[in-house]
Amino acid sequence: MIELNSVNKSFGDLQVLKGIDLSVAKGEVLSVIGASGSGKSTMLYCINALEQIQGGSISVDGLDVHAKSTDINKLRQNIGMVFQQWNSFPHLTVLDNVALAPKIVLGKSADEARSIAEKQLQHVDLGDKLDTYPTRMSGGQQQRLAIARALAMEPGYMLFDEVTSALDPELVGEVLDTLRLLREDGMTMIVVTHEINFARDVSDRIAFFHQGVIEELAPAKELVNNPQRQRTQQFLSKVL
Amino acid sequence: MLDASLNSDIQLKLFISLASLLSSGTHMDYTFHWRPVIKALPDLFSAALVTLEAAVLSMLLGIIFGLVLALMRLHGSRPLSLFATVWIELARNTPALLQLFFFGFGLGAFGWHLTPFTIVLCGLAFNNAGYLAENFRGGFQAIPAPQYKAARSLGMSATQTYTRIIIPQVFRLVYYPMTNQMVWAVLMSSLGMLVGFRELSGETQFLASNTFRLFEFFLAAAVFYYLLVKLILLAAHLLSRRLFTY
Repeated sequence: MIELNSVNKSFGDLQVLKGIDLSVAKGEVLSVIGASGSGKSTMLYCINALEQIQGGSISVDGLDVHAKSTDINKLRQNIGMVFQQWNSFPHLTVLDNVALAPKIVLGKSADEARSIAEKQLQHVDLGDKLDTYPTRMSGGQQQRLAIARALAMEPGYMLFDEVTSALDPELVGEVLDTLRLLREDGMTMIVVTHEINFARDVSDRIAFFHQGVIEELAPAKELVNNPQRQRTQQFLSKVL
Repeated sequence: MLDASLNSDIQLKLFISLASLLSSGTHMDYTFHWRPVIKALPDLFSAALVTLEAAVLSMLLGIIFGLVLALMRLHGSRPLSLFATVWIELARNTPALLQLFFFGFGLGAFGWHLTPFTIVLCGLAFNNAGYLAENFRGGFQAIPAPQYKAARSLGMSATQTYTRIIIPQVFRLVYYPMTNQMVWAVLMSSLGMLVGFRELSGETQFLASNTFRLFEFFLAAAVFYYLLVKLILLAAHLLSRRLFTY
């Protein structure tokens, strides 16, 4: 379970998260929508401590993310993250991109790490690209590689930060299909996205962010088909 | 076609006159004698190996210190960053010769007497580190910040992220500037003869003054330097093909 209690986050004078309360249960898929700059992505970065918070608390499986005593590297093994820019490691082959962290973080043997990586890459349909370098692949393929890389750590949670925003339109489908696959596997996910229809079809709940607060939080179909708040209605009417 | 043949004709004439200049003294008041040089070739060869050894070792030290300096400057506390800045400024903006003299006569004045080899090694390593640090700094800044975040999000420690993700990419970016510095280290090591180091130049000086064949010996030394540098560039090229498959 991921729990946020009145989380505040500022960059200098600019407050980007204003008292966020949220909890995501094991097995749940939560989508987060809202305009650019509303704090959606920042919240994800705070959940795995890539960003510090100025107030409130975040816990994952009961562990306080921002406590001094928390082993942050250990915590992050449990929280996979995929970014808007896929960030594949260009100097490593596709296989090594995925096998590296299991080897050096989890201490798996080279053989174990290789078989974990092969399994995950086949899962995202990149089984024939093992020895390729990521720079020779399309954005969609690199994004699926990033998903496989995160999954190889066998995390309990996955965070997706606008993973289709930087992709050419014809490549969006293959990445969303991979996310659907994860949903079927029962993965707990927080998905920051601009794909409203995808969010409606795949997630349990949707949170609508507006200027650093959660303006509306409701079951997915309800929020999209019958938004209660005026700001949600305005936002949806613009993007749908 | 005409131009090309004319061109090669000129080249041929040049070559002949250069050859005659070096083999006999018909054009000026100097008679070339190559026998002492030929006799001393094995000595020159082993001196060239000493030069190579000093350059390679100083380069390895320079890379290690250069990396540390670059990181100090980018991420270090104020005193560390200041220390790195002073080192880099001195190494880049004072003559390499003075840097060698510092490790030789400078430390000597305080009773620290280093061997000529150590003086040259320290001096060159100091200089290499200063120049390489700036190359590395540029390299670090060229790696997109999200690479760091992506690695950390997988649970890698900061050290693992640097050694496995960031630094390998930096090395590729600065590989050719690094090769330049290696060449520069070979050529700079010739300053070692001024602190009594018997590398290629020191040895040449010694042999030349023993035989009074100054011109011949230093010409031969120049050929040795040239070949040494070409060899290093070739090795660097072959190495890069093995290292950078992406």
